Order: sequence, then C-alpha cells, then structure tokens
Amino acid sequence: MSALQPPGLDARLLELGEELRAEGVKLGTAELLDACAALAEISWSERRAFHGALAATLAKSQEERRVFDAVFERFFFRAVEAAALREGVRERADGGWSERAGKAELDLDELRRQIAQALRDFDEARMRDLARLAIAAIGHRASAPTGVVGLDVQRIRRALDLRGETLLLGEGDADVTGLPRAALARFEALLRAELEREQIERTEALGPKRALSELDRALPSGPVADLAAVHRVVAQLRRRLATSGRELHGRRHQDHIDFRRTLRASLQTGGVPIVIKQRPQRPRRPELYVLCDVSTSVTSASVFFLSVLHALHDAFRRMRSFVFIERVSEVTDVFARERGFKEVSEAIAADAGVADVSGYTDYGRVWSEFRALVEDDLDPRSTVIVLGDARTNGRDPRADELAALAARAGRMLWLNPEPRLYWNYGDSVIAAYEPFCEVFECWTARQLEDFVKALTRPLVA
Amino acid sequence: MKALPESVEELADGLRGVGYLPGEEAALVAYLAVRLGKPVLVEGPAGVGKTELAKALASCLERALVRLQCYEGLDEAKALYEWNYRKQLLRIQAEAQGASWSEVQEDIFGAEFLLARPLLSAISASAPVVLLIDEIDKTDQEFEAMLLEVLSDFQITIPELGRISASSQPVVVLTSNNSRELTEALKRRCLYLWLDYPELEHELAIVRLHAPELGETVARKLVEIVGMVRELDLKKPPSIAESIDWARALLLLGASDIDADAFAQTMSVIVKHRTDLEIVAARVGLALSPSAP
Repeated sequence: MSALQPPGLDARLLELGEELRAEGVKLGTAELLDACAALAEISWSERRAFHGALAATLAKSQEERRVFDAVFERFFFRAVEAAALREGVRERADGGWSERAGKAELDLDELRRQIAQALRDFDEARMRDLARLAIAAIGHRASAPTGVVGLDVQRIRRALDLRGETLLLGEGDADVTGLPRAALARFEALLRAELEREQIERTEALGPKRALSELDRALPSGPVADLAAVHRVVAQLRRRLATSGRELHGRRHQDHIDFRRTLRASLQTGGVPIVIKQRPQRPRRPELYVLCDVSTSVTSASVFFLSVLHALHDAFRRMRSFVFIERVSEVTDVFARERGFKEVSEAIAADAGVADVSGYTDYGRVWSEFRALVEDDLDPRSTVIVLGDARTNGRDPRADELAALAARAGRMLWLNPEPRLYWNYGDSVIAAYEPFCEVFECWTARQLEDFVKALTRPLVA
Repeated sequence: MKALPESVEELADGLRGVGYLPGEEAALVAYLAVRLGKPVLVEGPAGVGKTELAKALASCLERALVRLQCYEGLDEAKALYEWNYRKQLLRIQAEAQGASWSEVQEDIFGAEFLLARPLLSAISASAPVVLLIDEIDKTDQEFEAMLLEVLSDFQITIPELGRISASSQPVVVLTSNNSRELTEALKRRCLYLWLDYPELEHELAIVRLHAPELGETVARKLVEIVGMVRELDLKKPPSIAESIDWARALLLLGASDIDADAFAQTMSVIVKHRTDLEIVAARVGLALSPSAP
C-alpha cells in the first residue's frame, strides 16, 4: 500500500466489502486487494474516479453494479449524516433559507423561471439550492410529504410544471417551453437526494436497509408491481438458465461416440482415430400445460409466472397456458400477441372470462373442465404445471380428478405462491393434492429459478 | 511500442487520437487495466464498441492485436495450441527405419511440430500485445476454466513441453454480449466494465467523427431519434454502429433534413425486425414533421 493513503482507508474498504457481502455481492479477498491496487493508481480525490475504480474491481455484473452504487452512496455519503445524527447536530428548524421561503411565500412562477434558467445553464450548485427551495415551497404547501420519495419527486415536478423538451416536433430548436432532458434528470436526482436527507432529519434514523438484490425479494404480490423490477428478474433468470443449459451441455458431451464422424476425422491422421467425435445430445424440451389461478389472491404471481415461462418459451417444445378461477380458459395466444407484462395482465383480466358467479376458486370444476379440454393431448412426454394456493373456499377439492390427470401426464408439478408456513391452514388443501404431484414453494424469484431449472433438467441426470 | 500512459487523461487522449471516443468510465477502466496488468471484462449490448475499444487500445499503445473470436464448441486445439499431426506422422514414417522409439518421441514433440493458436502466440510474442477474446459468452464453461491459467498468471502448460510463461505482459480484453452468466472464477480475475448506449452528446460526437460531412443539426436530430427508438420496447435496439450507418446512408441519399419521408425510407438501417419496424413507424414516424411540399 502506498504511504500516500490516509490511515484507515483500507479498514473502511473492508467495511464496505462487508456491507456489499451483506447485500449478496459475491466478494473475495482478491477483489478487495485489486481495489486497493486500483486506488493506488488513480487520483482518488476526485469522486468519480474513486467510484469508478472501486466499481470496476468490486462489482462484476450489471446487477452487482446496481447494488454497488446504492451501497457506495449509502456507505460514503450517508456516513456524514449518520455521524451528524450521533452528534445530535441538525439544522435549526427555523433558520436559513426555509424561513425565508416560508415568509416570502415564494412566488411559484418566479421559482419556476429560476429553475428553468439553472437547468438550461446546467449549473449544478444552483440546481441543488433550487431543489431545496422547491421542496420547502411545494413540499409543505398543499399536503404533508407522502414519505415516499419517488412520489414526492413527481408531485413537486408536476407542481412546478417542469416538462422535458419535446424532441423534433417543431422545426429547428424553436421549442422554448421544454427543458433539457439530461439537466431535468439531474435535477430530479438532486430532489430525491434532498428529500431523503430531509426524511433522515425528520425521523432521526437512517433509511432501512432493504435487500437490494432482486432475486432475494419476494415476487410481486400486489397489483402495482414494479414493472421494471419484473423485467430485470426475467432478464436475469433468462441469463442464468442459459448458463445452466451449458453446464448440462458440457457434461453430456461424453455420452455417445459418433462413429461415422470419428472415422471421417481419422482420415486426417492416416486412419488413426486420434480425435473422438461425440454425438450431440438434445436438451430435454418438455411439452408444457400451465394452469394458473388468477383469483385476486394470486393474480400477480400467476401472470408473472406465465410471463417468465413465455419469455423462456424456446426452452420448451410446446406450451399451452390456461388461467382459471371458477372456469378454465386458454390464454396461449394472449402471450403470443402481447409483449408487455402490463398488457398481458389487462388482456387476461378483460377477456379470459373465467369468473362465473362468485369469483371464488372452484378447483373441482376446474379439474373436470381442464380434463375435458386437454385429456386427449396429454401423453407421458407432457408436463402439467399448476400454480395456485390450493384454497378451495370450503369446496370439495376433488383430488380424484387431479389424480386422473396426473396418471395421464408424464409429470405433474404444483407451485404454491404462499410460504410453506401457511400451507394447510384455513381452507388450504394442498395436502390433498400432494400425493399426486411434486409441490414446490415459490414466493421469491430464487425459488422460481430453482423450479424452472428443475423443469428443464434431463430426467436421467 | 510506447510507454504506458501516466494518467487517465493521457490514455483517453490517445484513444481519441485513434478515432475512438471513450466514455469517462471506459477510459478509467482501460487505464487501470493497462497499469495493473489485469484483464478487463467488457459487457454491454451489441454494437456499443466493445471490440472497438480493444482495437483502439492496440493502436493507441502501438501494440499488435491478437484476436480470438469465440464460438460454441471452441476448444484448446483452436485457441491454445495443436500438435501438427500430419507433420509428426511424416516424421515417424521418414525415420521409422532404424530409429529407436525414444529418439523419435523426443523429436516429434518439439516446438517445430507445435502450431501456435491465438492464446499461445499472444503469450509467447516477444513484444507485448493486446489480446482480444471476443464474445466469451459464446463458449462453454470448460473453455472459461481453461482460460483461467492464461488470465491470472499469463502462462500456458503444455504437457509434453512444460510451462510457457509470457515474456511480456499482454493487455487482455474480454468481451461478452451478456447472453449468459460467466463463472465467478473468471470474473474474479478481471476488471469489469459495463458499456452502455452513450449519452446524447457523446453519441453525437461519435457520429460526427465518423460522418463529418453530415450537418450539425441533422446529426443531432438523428441521434435524438435513435435515442427515442432505443426507449421503445424493441427486439433489437439500434446500436452505435447502426447510427453511424444511418448517418452515412443519409449522406448518400443527400438528405438535408430528417422528415417523415426520409425516415420511412431509411428506417430499415437502424431497425432490423419486421415487428420492430411496425412499432417504430407508429411511434416515431408519426412524430416527425411531414416533408415540405
């Protein structure tokens, strides 16, 4: 380590490493050593170089980079606030600019004009000041801050009527009402930072540490699931599955010798078979019948699960999807038509026509209808997957119907989006179905991944 | 062969000098890679200049570029080295009479019968080189494992000959299109750089560099449109290479402005899927002003 570094930085780096590990970033000693070596090469009085060097050595994928950025911010820049909290130092509530803003009943138009000016000049320091001013002026005007930072940012933005420039519409650059997009994004980031700071001051505690890795969070359960998060999880799953495919691929190489190709190759070496050629093996591509409960308790999980399977459709030979509440309805072509998660949810809600009278799941009826639909197509190569919480609302589970289905299909799998703890409590009758199918617990993305892996794994390992 | 750069700015200037405009992060990581002698793993969507970065590094450091293009089924024989069987057989046949086995054996496993493939030639080159391992995600995991020895110690073990260590330390750039997760072991040995689509101003500079004849306002409009197209949910968003192609196409057609007509005609340069074409035509094409009568 060079003598230039202040005492304690290495220790801080180790602490940062600990914190990253706690967030699920795989970090070895080698990476931390690299980080130290990298810091010796750059002038780390500059924040971006410091951040970039640490990121290049510590975060080894885009996902890890996202986590790293959040932790880095929290670790180095929330540290100041944490120290201030410990010391009991805080800005006087009635001092400084906020008082000024309150008394003068700051003119919104004037504020808007100033912000627009600062954004056009891309004057960072001024933007930061104005962000605080805007929070003071608007944040406490109409209603109390919601406490959700993202919502507050949008509220302030709307109140100030800040719109991004509309590209291309006018002839030339004559569009004066819009603001430069890059500057606007920066301003929003500043607003966000200030709001977070204010929140810390108000509650006198640092924001709770959330699990930052998508894979460890629970699957979307509410109807307002974060779409971006869903997309990220699907993309990640896809990449991981692609990898696991290769793993199998590598192992199965050794299976069968392709005699003809080996002989052909041996011509090169005078008839001596030096290079052995193996027969390529096809990965197992199951034929899937997916049956998903879309009653309110599990809608999001179902649609999410179906989206994942359809995003991975090339791993399967054929796939048909059905949704059910009281009745069964096929939705395969909805997924063929629509791309977005949201569109799919809407399409299913609009025209699947699965709720009949009560809107409560009726498993008995669903089994018999499903049998009538697909019984002739089922064969030992097909796999039936049911996703549901097995809550019958007191109706007869009709496990015998399910047994008949299981007998015809090659494999029968059940995914339960509830934690195992809740199974068989209340009206959950999963135990009645368990003898006829493999039951999986599936309420985090990681469990879902394990399941999809199990699905594509060859029968004979 | 030039001396190693002394600062990030120096390397960034060098890269700019050979026609590559690096982002801040790219310059920093490239600098660290050169200084620390560690391989860089560059990931990002297709066509953001991952391969170009390696080429630019090579020409700016004035080193030879050794390129290993990866594909499924790539093995040691094609990446590291191979014994020249035919020559060995000829040798055996020529000397079969009278020579004892041990003599022949010593003979045929010499450097004379070794065919150097990219990795071996990068390691054994007398002057340091830039080694580009392109699209590493296309290979199998076994191949990755084999790379580990090369990447961490810059040496290759050939059972019959022993260990060959690098006489000069190469700068190694690995690129990946992110189609699968690479092994932890490989990642641990590399610095990581995520190259994304550049910011508007940055891309504008790139387009202007490669198509200088295009007017400033048209170029800006072009980059803005490409940015809008990227925000749509497309199968294949347009890359930087495609923006440049588009700029050149507009030049060829002599278009002085991008209006709805010109866009409809040349849209296929940046959008390559039929379904994508429909989406783009509906969302972006309509927003453009109709062509002047």
